[in-house]
Amino acid sequence: MLTKADSAAHEVDWTVLLTRFIFLITLLTISVLFILPFFWMLMTSLKAPVELMKWPPGWFPDTFRWQNYEDAVTYIPFFRYVGNTMAITLGSILGVLISCPMVAYGFSHIDWPGRDFLFVVMLMTIMIPFPVTMIPLYVLFARIGWINTYLPLVLPLFFGVPFYIFLLRQFFMTIPGELTDAARIDGASEPRIYWQLILPLTKPALATVVLFQFLSSWSDFLGPLLYLRDSDMFTIAVGLQMFHSEHDTEFHLLMAASTILTVPIIVIFYLVQRTFIQGITLTGLQGT
Amino acid sequence: MLPLFPIVNCLHGGEQMAAIRSIRESKIVRRKLMWGLIFISPWLIGLIGFTAYPIGASLAYSLTDYAIMSPPKWVGLENYVEMLTDDDLFSKSLSNTVIFALLSVPTSIAVAFGLALMLNQRVMGKAVFRTIIFVPTLVPSVALAIMWLWLFNPQFGVVNGMLWELFGINGPGWLTDEDWSKPTLLLMSLWTVGYGVVIFLAGLQDIPQSLYEAADIDGAGVAQKTRHVTIPLLTPVIFFQLVISIIAIFQIFTAPHVMTGGSGQPAKSLLFYVMYLYRQAFVYMKMGHASGMAWLLFLIILACTLVIFRTSGWVHYSGGERGTTTKT
Repeated sequence: MLTKADSAAHEVDWTVLLTRFIFLITLLTISVLFILPFFWMLMTSLKAPVELMKWPPGWFPDTFRWQNYEDAVTYIPFFRYVGNTMAITLGSILGVLISCPMVAYGFSHIDWPGRDFLFVVMLMTIMIPFPVTMIPLYVLFARIGWINTYLPLVLPLFFGVPFYIFLLRQFFMTIPGELTDAARIDGASEPRIYWQLILPLTKPALATVVLFQFLSSWSDFLGPLLYLRDSDMFTIAVGLQMFHSEHDTEFHLLMAASTILTVPIIVIFYLVQRTFIQGITLTGLQGT
Repeated sequence: MLPLFPIVNCLHGGEQMAAIRSIRESKIVRRKLMWGLIFISPWLIGLIGFTAYPIGASLAYSLTDYAIMSPPKWVGLENYVEMLTDDDLFSKSLSNTVIFALLSVPTSIAVAFGLALMLNQRVMGKAVFRTIIFVPTLVPSVALAIMWLWLFNPQFGVVNGMLWELFGINGPGWLTDEDWSKPTLLLMSLWTVGYGVVIFLAGLQDIPQSLYEAADIDGAGVAQKTRHVTIPLLTPVIFFQLVISIIAIFQIFTAPHVMTGGSGQPAKSLLFYVMYLYRQAFVYMKMGHASGMAWLLFLIILACTLVIFRTSGWVHYSGGERGTTTKT
């Protein structure tokens, strides 16, 4: 048996090797194409203004002009925007951490009539396009005087995000029901089971949710664009867009600012890559 | 469906005992119902306040003339009639969005699938390739839009520079040319295809190795294995990607808004549906008209999803593991 399979594998070996070699070359080419935009951003961020108008444009700056970074963070109140964005991001993370695991527990380890129906309702709400709720919510928040505050950006997250609830629920389902049932027989209350048994077991999933929310708050554009008026209140994404609409030719500064905006995310991603990929996998596959 | 009385099956007592028990069980059920509702209460409140109410309100607004400052004035279906018969920019933005969806959804899925297939082979440095392909998805949309403007700048951008230096080609106007603007945006969505790649890759790794071994014994080559094992088993993932991408592409906003300053130029070729909706609502302050557009978008997305679900005969489900709602 074994030898048969072995020799069969041996005969086709070269075609397999050839395909793999072609794949490798293709992947290398694609990787280079994927990296080049970053490289161009980085190199532009170090060029002098006159070099931007060169034809054909060279990849490398004549001298590394680190000054651009200093200029970029002083042209716009960069650190103020970073601080604002951080405040919104932290508030949002707190919101989803309080609401989403709680709801996911109610949708997984407690058996109650109507649960599965409401869960389907929740999944269907993911399909609702944002513009449908955008206008009435804007009117509502305007009426209670929340325009130009961070409340419309943060508060809704304390009421759960269907996508994260779904992700956490899928994760909670991997914890055997016997475990929570045993705790119930021992007389533990539901809040206690949730707090002392489920939550400590689901730290990786919680980390994934934190990451997703960080990414979404950090990059969010439409939300802050709608609700923030004073430039003092702007987030970094809106600030960058404003800067672009006022100085749309100063790409050396725009690229420096974009680099500062992007690098923290890439560093964080690199540190927690595995959790992140697992999170995507969990929702992407179980969603089928 | 959910068993209402989970413990009933283990009962063996007489009828009297059973009656007592069923009273006790209905108490248990009630308690579970109470706790269930308490735990999901944040979402329930949010569903009412941040989803159900706005959906209803937006339908009501769509039947009015409303500019926030003054109270809404009832106009019936006028907003819908106007946008469907007397608004060139509406039809332009809708057709732009549909064209871009038709261009981008199949291409992105095919590219993501192809990349995942290659990464799933035993190639060197797989983890590094995966990271490189995934990282662009992390770039915030505003930065991405500005980056793309500069890369594809017709005069000084590096893309036309390279085309000239390597091939002697005078590159096109990219985002400044109405015929090239959508393909340039397509290239941007291909650069950020990593999310789909990761999901496909996970799906590929879920396929039991035994199926490939069986195919090996039958003497199947790489192409045959891909066609008869990999693709059928991945159809659920392809299906999921299809639904998700269509919903997302119909709501495309940030990148084209930043690139064009909201104008959708050149020749309105980058004016997408939600950009025009945003303009109606927050530039012209026509909340009623914009709400009508939002509802129409909702119906379009719903219709697309229904059509995909109805025609999902090609999706292969193995072992009854269908749906997320069944208990695992």
